[in-house]
Amino acid sequence: MDLEYTAEYQVYREEVRRFLSDWPRVGQEANREGVEAEALFRERGIEAGFVYRNVPAAYGGAGQEPDALKDAIVRDEFYAAGAPGDLTSQGAGLLVPTLLEFGTEAQKKRFIPKAISDQEKWCQGYSEPGSGSDLASLQCRARLDGEAYILSGQKIWTSNAFEADWMFGLFRTDPDASKHAGITYLLVDMKSEGIEVRPLKGMTGGMEFNEVFFDEVSVPAENVVGRPGEGWGVSRATLVHERNLIANPNMMRDTFNDLLDLARRTVLEGRPAIEDRKVRQRLVEIEGYVRTSETSTMRQFTAQVRGEPLKAMRPMMMAKLYSTDAMQMIQGCAYDLLGADGMLAPAPEDIAGWARNSTTTGWVEAYMFSLGPAIAGGASNIQLNIIGERGYGLPRDPRPPTS
Amino acid sequence: MDFGLSEEQELLQSTVRGFVENECPAGRLRELFDAGTGHDDALWTGLVEMGLAGLTIPEEYGGAGMEILDLALVCEVLGTGGVPSPFLGHVLASLALDMGGSPAQKSRWLPGLADGSRRATWALCEAGSGWEPETWHCRWAGDSISGTKLYVPHADGADLLVVGVEGGRLAVVDTAGAGVRIENLEGIDRSRPVFRVDFEGAPCELLADDPAVARRLRDAGLVLLAADAFGAASHLIDLAVEYAKTREQFGQKIAQFQAVKHQLARLALDIEPTRALFWHAAYAVDHLPEEAERAAALAKAHITDRGLEAARAVVELHGGLGFTWECDVQMGFKRLMFDRAFLGNPESLRDRCAALAGW
Repeated sequence: MDLEYTAEYQVYREEVRRFLSDWPRVGQEANREGVEAEALFRERGIEAGFVYRNVPAAYGGAGQEPDALKDAIVRDEFYAAGAPGDLTSQGAGLLVPTLLEFGTEAQKKRFIPKAISDQEKWCQGYSEPGSGSDLASLQCRARLDGEAYILSGQKIWTSNAFEADWMFGLFRTDPDASKHAGITYLLVDMKSEGIEVRPLKGMTGGMEFNEVFFDEVSVPAENVVGRPGEGWGVSRATLVHERNLIANPNMMRDTFNDLLDLARRTVLEGRPAIEDRKVRQRLVEIEGYVRTSETSTMRQFTAQVRGEPLKAMRPMMMAKLYSTDAMQMIQGCAYDLLGADGMLAPAPEDIAGWARNSTTTGWVEAYMFSLGPAIAGGASNIQLNIIGERGYGLPRDPRPPTS
Repeated sequence: MDFGLSEEQELLQSTVRGFVENECPAGRLRELFDAGTGHDDALWTGLVEMGLAGLTIPEEYGGAGMEILDLALVCEVLGTGGVPSPFLGHVLASLALDMGGSPAQKSRWLPGLADGSRRATWALCEAGSGWEPETWHCRWAGDSISGTKLYVPHADGADLLVVGVEGGRLAVVDTAGAGVRIENLEGIDRSRPVFRVDFEGAPCELLADDPAVARRLRDAGLVLLAADAFGAASHLIDLAVEYAKTREQFGQKIAQFQAVKHQLARLALDIEPTRALFWHAAYAVDHLPEEAERAAALAKAHITDRGLEAARAVVELHGGLGFTWECDVQMGFKRLMFDRAFLGNPESLRDRCAALAGW
C-alpha cells in the first residue's frame, strides 16, 4: 500500500495541470460560448493525449497506451478544474465502450468519432412498459426482412430521445428462442420513418425522458452489434459502464461539500446549523459513508490495475447501490435543513440542473432527482438480488411456473 | 498509487487465519468463552510463535518492525474468530513503550514483550468514560502514581501496565510492585475481560513528556478496534448467510425469501465496503499524520456503529435460537459491544471529527 504516485506519474499530473491552466479562456475557445468552447477544448485535449485516451486514433480518440493510473489522474484533474474531458453521455460513455468491444470495423469508423465529439447524440432503448427490472422479457420486435430489420413496438424511460440522432437498443428478433437468447442489439437512426417520440414529464418537472414508438421502422442488418440473438450479452457490457458512471465518488464528495455549505448558511435557533450538535452528528455519520465509498473505490481501482479484479468482486457489485444510498442520505439531510422552504417548487433553471445543490429550490430538485440514479441502470431491489445471489451465494428468486 | 495489501500482508492474514481456524474453532472458542478468562496459554504461545506479540516492535529489540496496518490486519482476523487473547492491550502497550520510551527503557522492556515472555496492557479510562488525555486524573508524584483506572483489558495477566496520568502523560507500572490492586469488572465480552486497577503510591516510570505519543497511541487503538469490529461483523454476516441457507420454514430454505435475502444483502452492503475504510485509517496513522486523527475516529465510529447494528439484525435473523447463550452469534455480538464502547462511543468520536474539521 502506497498512496504516493511515483515520479513518472507526478510528472504526468503536472503535464495535465499545465494543459488545464489554459481552461477556460485561452486561444480560440475564449471567443466562443458554452458547448462550442467546450468542444474546441476537448479537441485540443485529444491532440494533447488526455481526452479519450483509450479510444484509438483511427476513431478520433487520443489512442494512448492503456494506463489506468493515467486515466485516474486525468479524470481527477479535469474534474477539479471543471474542464471538458471525456463526455459521459450515453453515446460516449455507454455506446463507445460497447462498440470498441463488440462493434465491426465499419461500425467503429462510422459511429465512434461523431459520438465522442457529440456531433451525434445517442439514447438508450432498453426499458419497455412491461419490461423494467425484468428487462429480458422485452417484446419490441425486430423482424428480419431481406437486408433489413423491421421494428415495431415501444420503448420507455428513454432519456434524451427527443434530441437524440441515434438509439442503441435491444429488440426481440426471435420470439421462439428462450427469453435471453432471442434478443439483438441494434443501432437505430432516430430520423427513420415510423419513429415517434413522446416526452414524459418527470416528477421534478423536467422533461428528460420519453416514450419511443416504432411503427414498421426499417434498420439495415449491418447495424447489428455483436451477433443476432446475442444482444443480451452485449448489453451487459454496456450496463457495467452505466453503473460505473453512476458510482462517481468525486461527485459524491462535491455534493457532501455542498451540503456542508448549506449547513453553514442555514440558521437554526439563531446560529448556523453546522454548530448544532445533532446536525454535526448526522453530517459525520453521512461522511462515514462518503469516505467508505471513496476508499472502497480506491480498493477496487487497485484490484483492477493489478489485474486481480476478483479480489474486489463484492465491493464492485455493491458500488452502485452504496453510492445511490449515500447520495440519498446527503439529499435527505439537505432537505431537512431547508425546513419550510422544502415546500417550494423548483424553478426552470433548477429543473435544468444548473442550480442543483446551490439555491434553495435547487436543493428541492436535487432531493427528488437523487431517486433517478437509484432506479436507472438496475433499481436498488435488483442490486440487492445481485449482491445476495452472486456475492453471497444466496438462492435465486423462485420463477413462476411457465405456462 | 497502490491501495491494496502486499503479498506479505496477505500471507500474514492467511497464516493467522489458518492458526485461528485450527486452534480456536467454534467448539474451543465456546469453552474459552464460557470459562471467561479471556486467555489461553496455547493460543497466546501460538500467536507469539508467529511473531505477533512484537509485530511493530523494532527489529533491534526482537520485534518484526512492521506497521499499524499489519497490526490491523491481524486484529481483523482475531475479530473474525472472536479469539480470546490479550493481544490488543499488549501490542498497544508495546507501541507506547516504543514511541515514548528512552533507549534504556526500550532495551529493558521491549525484548521481553516481543518474545512474549512478559505481557503488557494499557490503562486509560477513568470514571465518566474518560478516555482522553485531558480527562486523566491519576496523580503522579516523582516515581509513584495514585488513582483508579477502569476497563483495563487483560490486567490480570499483565506484567506491565502503561497508565495514562494527569497532564496527559504515560507511566509504566510493574504489576509485581506494591500499591497495585486489580479487580475483575465482569465485562460483557468474555474474550477480552476488563478490570479496575487501583494504584496507591505504586512505583512507576514516566515515558517521554510528549502529548503526541498519547494521541498517536489512541489513534492506533481506534484503528485496531475498527479492524476487530470489521472482522467480527463480517463473521456474523457469514453465520447469518449460512443459517439462512440451511434453515427451512414454510417448506423452503429461508434464504429463498426475498425479505431475508435482501436483509442479508443490506447487512453485507453496510459492512463489506468498510474494509477499505479501516485500511485507509491504518495507512493514515502510519503515513499521513495530518489526516490520522480524524481518519481513525471516523473509521472507528462508522464501523463499530454499523457493526453492532448488523449484529442485532443477525440475532433476529436466527430467530429464537439467536437469542440463546448456546448460539455462537452472541460471542461476536459482545465482541462488537466491546469494540463500540472501548476508547469512546461513535457519538463522542463524531463530535471530535466535527471539531477537527473546523465545522
